[in-house]
Amino acid sequence: MTIWQVVIAASIAVLGLKLLGSLVPASVLERPRPARIADLLTVALLAALVAVQTLEREGGIQLDARVPALAVAAVLFALRAPFALVVVAAAAVAALLRALGWAA
Amino acid sequence: MSVREGAPRDPEVARAIRAALSVGIPVAAYGVSFGALAVAAGLDIWQTCVLSLLMFSGGSQFALIGVLASGGASAALPAIAGAGLLGVRNGLYAMRLTPILAGLGVWRRLLAGHWTIDETTAVATAQPDRRAQRAGFWATGITIYLGWNLMTLLGALLGDLLGDVRAVGLDAAAAAAFLGLLWPRLRRLQPVAVAIAAAVVATVLTPVLSPGLPVLAAAVVAVVVGATDLLGGRPGRDAASGPAGEGAAS
Repeated sequence: MTIWQVVIAASIAVLGLKLLGSLVPASVLERPRPARIADLLTVALLAALVAVQTLEREGGIQLDARVPALAVAAVLFALRAPFALVVVAAAAVAALLRALGWAA
Repeated sequence: MSVREGAPRDPEVARAIRAALSVGIPVAAYGVSFGALAVAAGLDIWQTCVLSLLMFSGGSQFALIGVLASGGASAALPAIAGAGLLGVRNGLYAMRLTPILAGLGVWRRLLAGHWTIDETTAVATAQPDRRAQRAGFWATGITIYLGWNLMTLLGALLGDLLGDVRAVGLDAAAAAAFLGLLWPRLRRLQPVAVAIAAAVVATVLTPVLSPGLPVLAAAVVAVVVGATDLLGGRPGRDAASGPAGEGAAS
């Protein structure tokens, strides 16, 4: 598939799920199990993406400047710093460590 | 309530609109990160903007570019599946919003469907009456839709100028962005345990499976824990504040 096809297909899938939801009777949601699975699905996918985005390099695992950058981000989120500031700070930490040659 | 119908200055509506702006403006600002990271992941500016216009769901958009960044077009199917799975919760939100948005015509209903995301649902369902709920929904939707798309374009243009993705730390910025989306959900033992297990599963499988598949495999953790309610059951400190509003069984 080309990137364009991926972009269009994924957009239709996500939009379709939203529209589908408005056709389902609300009583389905009153059952806690589907709601709980959907919430935890979000948590699991985001956590997996954090791990892969921090550790993956060319199909393998590599510990590099992304790890200390993520640690700084976690501290800033714990201190309730704004999202955009944390993202910029993480980039700056990784860029600085690489510029100094302290991390790959 | 009907006595107030048509009142030009409804304080609840005004409050809903203030809530919409205070939630919507910072969220729209993340669009810069998305635009820059999407370009860094190998998308062009048009593809990046189409995602924000058409998909319009931050988590799913970040997931798609996260998987494409690691595998390119060869990770097409896991990328689509990951974005779709993260979109499932929007379908649940749509069910919750059905009574609030009842009685709209087809076109406004479709637009409301498109704008059904975490923030519009949160603001709408937090309001005390139907008029304020609708005002909160539409005000949040307009703020975020316009802001998110403008900021996506700005980020894509900036990201294009930045050049070497790793030298400027954009790969670390992407990890931090995912952590930021995850962070507010880590308030109870069950989601924390699921997050740790999912991260371990994805990491261990990364050298073994093709790009994108480790992330999907980690989703199994959520299905197993969610179906069995492992580590759940005991009402936590904030059981009443859950976004799904399930309420403790009484």
